[in-house]
Amino acid sequence: MASDAPAKRVDTARALRDAGVTALLAFGLFLPLVGFQTVTDVRNDLILITRWPLLFAIVALVGVGRLAYSLTIEPWFKDRTLRPSSGPAPWRKQVARWIVPFAVGFVIFYPAMVVATAGYGRAVKWIDNFGIQVLIYVMLGWGLNIVVGLAGLLDLGYVAFYAVGAYSYALLAKTFGFSFWILLPLAGILASFWGILLGFPVLRLRGDYLAIVTLAFGEIIRIVLINWVDLTNGYAGITGIPRPTFFGIPFNAEEDGFAAVFGLEFSPIYRTIFLYYLILALALLTSFVTVRLRRLPVGRAWEALREDEIACRSLGINTTNTKLTAFAMGAMFAGFAGSFFAARQGFISPDSFTFLESATILSIVVLGGMGSQIGVAIAAIAMIGGTEIMRELDFLKVLFGSTFDPTQYRMLLFGLAMVLIMIWRPRGLIATREPSVVLKERKTIGTDLVKEGRG
Amino acid sequence: MTGAGDILLQVERLTMRFGGLVAVEDLSFSARQGEITALIGPNGAGKTTVFNCITGFYKPSEGRLALRHGDSAVWDWLEQLTSSGERSIKRAAGALYLLERMPDYLVTHQARIARTFQNIRLFPGMTVLENLLVAQHNPLMLASGYTLLGILGFPSFAKAERAAIEKAREWLDKVGLTTRADDAAGDLPYGAQRRLEIARAMCTEPVLLCLDEPAAGLNPRESAELNNLLLTIREQHDISILLIEHDMSVVMEISDHVVVLDYGVKIADGAPAAIRDNPKVIAAYLGVADQEVAKVEAEVGL
Repeated sequence: MASDAPAKRVDTARALRDAGVTALLAFGLFLPLVGFQTVTDVRNDLILITRWPLLFAIVALVGVGRLAYSLTIEPWFKDRTLRPSSGPAPWRKQVARWIVPFAVGFVIFYPAMVVATAGYGRAVKWIDNFGIQVLIYVMLGWGLNIVVGLAGLLDLGYVAFYAVGAYSYALLAKTFGFSFWILLPLAGILASFWGILLGFPVLRLRGDYLAIVTLAFGEIIRIVLINWVDLTNGYAGITGIPRPTFFGIPFNAEEDGFAAVFGLEFSPIYRTIFLYYLILALALLTSFVTVRLRRLPVGRAWEALREDEIACRSLGINTTNTKLTAFAMGAMFAGFAGSFFAARQGFISPDSFTFLESATILSIVVLGGMGSQIGVAIAAIAMIGGTEIMRELDFLKVLFGSTFDPTQYRMLLFGLAMVLIMIWRPRGLIATREPSVVLKERKTIGTDLVKEGRG
Repeated sequence: MTGAGDILLQVERLTMRFGGLVAVEDLSFSARQGEITALIGPNGAGKTTVFNCITGFYKPSEGRLALRHGDSAVWDWLEQLTSSGERSIKRAAGALYLLERMPDYLVTHQARIARTFQNIRLFPGMTVLENLLVAQHNPLMLASGYTLLGILGFPSFAKAERAAIEKAREWLDKVGLTTRADDAAGDLPYGAQRRLEIARAMCTEPVLLCLDEPAAGLNPRESAELNNLLLTIREQHDISILLIEHDMSVVMEISDHVVVLDYGVKIADGAPAAIRDNPKVIAAYLGVADQEVAKVEAEVGL
């Protein structure tokens, strides 16, 4: 069309101007940060040195980046928003249909695939650091999803229940010698008991106030763990926690060990694979229960509570009980995950249960899309798996020198990822809501209608 | 109108204070079984406050709010119940509830009073059908064995849910929303949202339905449809309706009994025709003293 050409020319001029402004801003910002550096010389005097080449390289990079963005991505983006949307494309429906069976199949055969490709020696690391670590966070994300995503109660102290589960297992197993299989449900029950205990005082709070109190609760648990040295051994933590057994058969090199009983050569990988399937089963249980709960009256009441609490009360729903069950359910799954964590590590200390953990779990839920099971799983893989991948990027050392450690930039990259997600998908990766019951035709509900909940 | 035996809801000497402000003062009226009672008055007269007291959202500063189920003989227990300190008396003949002693959710759950809101309060991100199922929370919760049986997939819950869906469907047919059952409630046009809110309240199986300005924002045709819907509800389900409304076409056409509030005080109580000609009511609506009504009416050409 005739009108296209002048529009494009104007775009180029504007893109250049934007790039110039951005580069100027970058110059102003990086001049004190990168351009100048203070060092002490041999006489212990401070001297100022300048790093012009580095500064200009960064500024140029920013300017060119902005130019490339304005010329390529931005028009594409505008074009996309201008086009009338005709519902999800057919391939998307196909993907949505097959993604769950495919994902479940993949995680079931993951250990076999890793062993086949990496061999026994390296497989332990891939199953443990990737598989188990990611699955723990998937499970925690799904557990927190009940509280935050479904019931709309913002909980910043979720790690407290994880800690309760872990310490329950560690202390009871060490003191009384109970087996993992007895303590797993017990840890869940104890954690949900603490969930209810937290629930009571915060029932009347909403939104930001609720978030602050739950944050404080998380810190209280951690500080008690640090200071109650007689019970928890303080900062030093608890060591020598009994490891889970294969229904009574321990994983060791002894005669009654797993390898000997099944006539295999001893290898640490059996325990790792067992732990992998254990956390996989726990995570799938969490998901199964959540999916079921959503279709039960209690699950619908949680979502209704997130949508409008006053309307809930006008329909005869006891909102107190509804909130408490949400807290208890979420806490129970954290308790399961906690006891698994203690059993897997064999060592726990308060360091594992800092606020950063709560923040990580919450950001998994927020990035994934509140209320979405698949979204949360994807976010957990990206965030936790991403961190582990960064440890593997040895080739970056060649580029940036041997002291370069990519994991140090983890938080920076997470921050960047968060900002990008919040710009493009402000309600998380998968923000649409699936109805829990259908009369005739299943229709997903758009982001704009679903409430986030104000506690 | 018949004797006192027909009374369903009795409000006695209700006073509600917020700090120094008296929103409702010494209000007494009653709503009768099977009648539509309208509560009208200028803006700020305290109508919604009365509603909030009846439905348990506010705890009244003073007063007694009693509701009967079943036989009208239960009114004989009123004094006994009041002095006992209990919330309710339930016997074979019926039950008597003191609403000011009950929290909001029990007013709906046990005393079976359902309400709608002046500014619509649906669950916008849930489908129309889900909205109606949330309203049947308590019976469904019982059927799911307080979640336990439901999680294990017992067939008794599936059966109860099918019955709940069937009931929701009936109400959707009545309010003409069956084709939109699987759409998000927030996607419905305004008039349909109003009707859905009434259907949702009806799904709680109330004996008394409290509607806070159901005709607000409706066009004349929708108002007429609303009148028919409310009359049908009353006829077919033997449900009494308490209604706050500004739209006089609705009030005069369907209500059997009108209570007028002004500045928190009852100024008139009676049949719609009598209320229409009551000089005090006209004065309150015009915002002038009683004596000047004739003058002002002449001025504005009434």
